[in-house]
Amino acid sequence: MNTVLTVSFFKAAIIAGTPLLFATLGEIMTEKSGNLNLGVEGMMLMGAVVGFEVGYVTNNPLLALVTAALAGAIGALIYAFLTVSLRANQVVSGLALTIFGTGFSGFLGQGLIGLKMSEGFISNFQKIKIPGLGDIPWLGEIFFNHDILVYFGYLTAVILGLYLYNTRKGLNLRAVGENPAAADAASVRVTRYKYTHILLGGALCGLGGAYLSLVQVPVWQENITAGRGWIAVALVIFSAWNPYRAILGAYLFGGLDIIGFRLQGSGIVISQYIFDMAPYLMTIIILVIVSFKKDIKNAPPKALGEPYFREER
Amino acid sequence: MKRILTVLLVILLSLTLVVGCAQKAPAPADEGKEKMKVGFVYIGPPGDGGWTYAHDQGRKYLEQELGVETIYKESVPEDQQSEKVMRDMIDQGAKVLFVTSFGYMDHVEKVAKEYPDITFMHCSGFKSAENFGNYFGRIEEPRYLSGIVAGMKSESGKIGYVAAFDIPEVVRGINAFTLGVQSVNPDAVVKVKWTNTWYDPAKEKEAAITLLDEGVDIIAQHQDTAGPQVAAEERGKFSVGYNSDMAAMAPKAYMTAPVWNWGPYYVQQVKAVMDGTWKAEAYWGGMKDGIVDLAPLTANAPEGAKEAVEKAKADILAGKLNVFAGPLKDQNGKEMVPAGSVLSDQDQLEMKWFVEGVEGKIGQ
Repeated sequence: MNTVLTVSFFKAAIIAGTPLLFATLGEIMTEKSGNLNLGVEGMMLMGAVVGFEVGYVTNNPLLALVTAALAGAIGALIYAFLTVSLRANQVVSGLALTIFGTGFSGFLGQGLIGLKMSEGFISNFQKIKIPGLGDIPWLGEIFFNHDILVYFGYLTAVILGLYLYNTRKGLNLRAVGENPAAADAASVRVTRYKYTHILLGGALCGLGGAYLSLVQVPVWQENITAGRGWIAVALVIFSAWNPYRAILGAYLFGGLDIIGFRLQGSGIVISQYIFDMAPYLMTIIILVIVSFKKDIKNAPPKALGEPYFREER
Repeated sequence: MKRILTVLLVILLSLTLVVGCAQKAPAPADEGKEKMKVGFVYIGPPGDGGWTYAHDQGRKYLEQELGVETIYKESVPEDQQSEKVMRDMIDQGAKVLFVTSFGYMDHVEKVAKEYPDITFMHCSGFKSAENFGNYFGRIEEPRYLSGIVAGMKSESGKIGYVAAFDIPEVVRGINAFTLGVQSVNPDAVVKVKWTNTWYDPAKEKEAAITLLDEGVDIIAQHQDTAGPQVAAEERGKFSVGYNSDMAAMAPKAYMTAPVWNWGPYYVQQVKAVMDGTWKAEAYWGGMKDGIVDLAPLTANAPEGAKEAVEKAKADILAGKLNVFAGPLKDQNGKEMVPAGSVLSDQDQLEMKWFVEGVEGKIGQ
């Protein structure tokens, strides 16, 4: 067992969980506005390819990240226009966005295949030890000796949590997701809220994709997300639409992704397939528990998936 | 009005996808003369820089050499959907189909029965019929050679191998690699980690990181991505790739790779179909047929490796060296192949045991 529960394993779990965390936070923000966007995988891929292309050409990490987020937001804009303005079916539109994003990244990435980011670019994402916190035994090495985007992930989750639960705007957003008609009556601009948060959510998904293509494996390969967008959708349910819990969930699922390798050779024989199943199994179990307990705090936004017609109030 | 607009937008969105993925057909051939059409079914995207990339290079070579028209479909799952893809290609006029992953086997068999006039070629399987052949290459030979390079380079005597699925093809590769390592570094061990993926760059990188954490100083791999190469590069260690030259992806780590060269075989087969001389066979070509080879060694390879590899390669080409020649022992020290004999092709195709010196388990 001591080969499994090591500092290096937990550290690797954090890295594996970071793209999941960004995408999950993005999807939480989207769903809190009452819109279910299944295009996470597509938006991640759009962010991954655009970030890589821009980073490769300009060698500017900040520009690469910003354009990656923009690419995700543009994907989300298509979705938002379809579902909010035209009130199209959210599930179908989201799936179409995934297919579109996959094709888009494959198409744009054709000329990038096998290219590698320059050394100079990669060195921007070196591990930075946080003074003080990084010196705590065990925990310091696990949590506070990472590249800058991992810290940005922590920060985003906390900011999103504060925003949702401690600000007026966050309250309005939740109201839009729970009961858009009531929010509308209270003079909350429903359409504007939906657009803003779907776009911001898409930007975070794009950033998650960019983490994969810029930091984790800085060589362009098609379909680099390999299904992580879907895990993120499951993670939103797992964390009960709560950004703080998403931190825990993302790193847990990240750990599950890689624990199999550590167990092999440690004498513990558990099939790799069990770990591949685990994220979905756990999500289903959580869903069952939540629906049994009928706890309002853990329930999905009430108006999730429903288009809002002002005339039908 | 809005509803119509929605429908139009969704259609437009789907159409962009079709257009984006569609490939340009070559200029129409002479009227009247029917052009040969060949279909390819791929497990991954041609942009993987690995397995599917190598097949796609073969497809392009075929197009160039014979001027035939080709169509392909990428990222086809290994289930019923692959049958639909094959039928669809036949509807489009494909006369020969190359189906390029092990898992399609039973589906090829089924579709081949429905279309006796179409020629099916299945890569890496073992089933066949009158109009349905299988083909593969002895990638074990260059893998053995790459093992020599790794064995000479390793200082710790521990080498890591990121393995895909525990099927005979992968097991064979690990064994051949290990035997190559041991031919120059008898005490070295090869540690194996299974990922149960063919294509997940990030996950395969993490598997390599795990191996590096356990003290290996060389990484070899079986998957179709550069993930493990990137891990070796990041840690300042060295690596052996697979499928195609991966030098650009890990310039400081990559030493060499066993590579595929499908083009000439595809040309030969399609020509045979056009001439009417094609017969179903179970083709298993080796280095002497040119279907597999070792990519050129880079400057990262150790001194003297080039000579050692060339010597072993010459021996293999001359038939003096067989990768699976006895005496071979399994992990428990049980003799599997006695001295003086060679593991038969059938036993190689069903190989489910590791040779001595491999640290890992099959069936996890």
